[in-house]
Amino acid sequence: MKFAVVVFPGSNCDRDMYHAAKDALGEETELVWYQDANLDAYDAILLPGGFSYGDYLRSGAIASTSAIVTELKKQAEKGVPILGVCNGFQILLESGLLPGAMLRNKNLKFMCRFENLVVENNKTMFSSAYKKDEVVSIPIAHGEGNYYCDPETLAELKANNQIVFTYQNNPNGSVSDIAGIISKEGNVLGMMPHPERAVEDLLGSADGLKLFQSMLENWREHYVAGA
Amino acid sequence: MKKVKIHITLKEGVLDPQGKAVQNSLNTLGYDGVGEVRVGKYMELFIEDSADIEKQVEEMCRKLLANPVIENYDYTIEEGVTQ
Repeated sequence: MKFAVVVFPGSNCDRDMYHAAKDALGEETELVWYQDANLDAYDAILLPGGFSYGDYLRSGAIASTSAIVTELKKQAEKGVPILGVCNGFQILLESGLLPGAMLRNKNLKFMCRFENLVVENNKTMFSSAYKKDEVVSIPIAHGEGNYYCDPETLAELKANNQIVFTYQNNPNGSVSDIAGIISKEGNVLGMMPHPERAVEDLLGSADGLKLFQSMLENWREHYVAGA
Repeated sequence: MKKVKIHITLKEGVLDPQGKAVQNSLNTLGYDGVGEVRVGKYMELFIEDSADIEKQVEEMCRKLLANPVIENYDYTIEEGVTQ
């Protein structure tokens, strides 16, 4: 399986994401500069965390106007798995690939610590290696992770099982404790917590690795004969 | 050249933690009458005049300057020169 990690000016979790896919999961992975906008050669696209364009205007807003977003939309339509973490999630929201928006954390603080997440939906290509309602320890690191959407959108997210991860103890004020949501089509996942920072015990938790393993297993089932 | 003044505000019902912190500070300073503060953004754009300038500004607000999920915007277009 071949992963692309898209690097924006201001990305700072790109190497962590690379390490997770390349070393912890053991699959072919390349760092792709956002201006090299052709993503046809990859089986999955990873949008890393950071502060693309210094978070000017709103987190992810400036990045969402770059040419790579047109390319992302094209790949999303083809069904290619796209995972956006932290700033990657914000970019997915700002570009309309996922519904909703991010607000400043309720306590106005940048928080960097482990949080317990509940796996709400394990029937996705990103979460199939988890058990339903499994509690996993994955770090957050954000100042604007307070997920917001209007009541109609929230009802839709719930009805379609699009809420994949919730916080056990909501740290930031997100509606319905939302930590991660998936597109209706099921191939675009955005989440504020960082699974790529929890892929081996040395990092304090290996709970994030199952997310990448889910992606790999799903890909094998679909594209590798006899798998 | 036109000067476009744009105000971007959080929609009603959207939590404004920053506004809440400012309100608390004002209360601490003794301004007990301040019940709520909402923090927004103000921008000035200098744009070459054209027949569809309003349509352009509207698009700019919708596509980039404001996030319609959480923010409202309004603007005025007046004569202006770049500073």
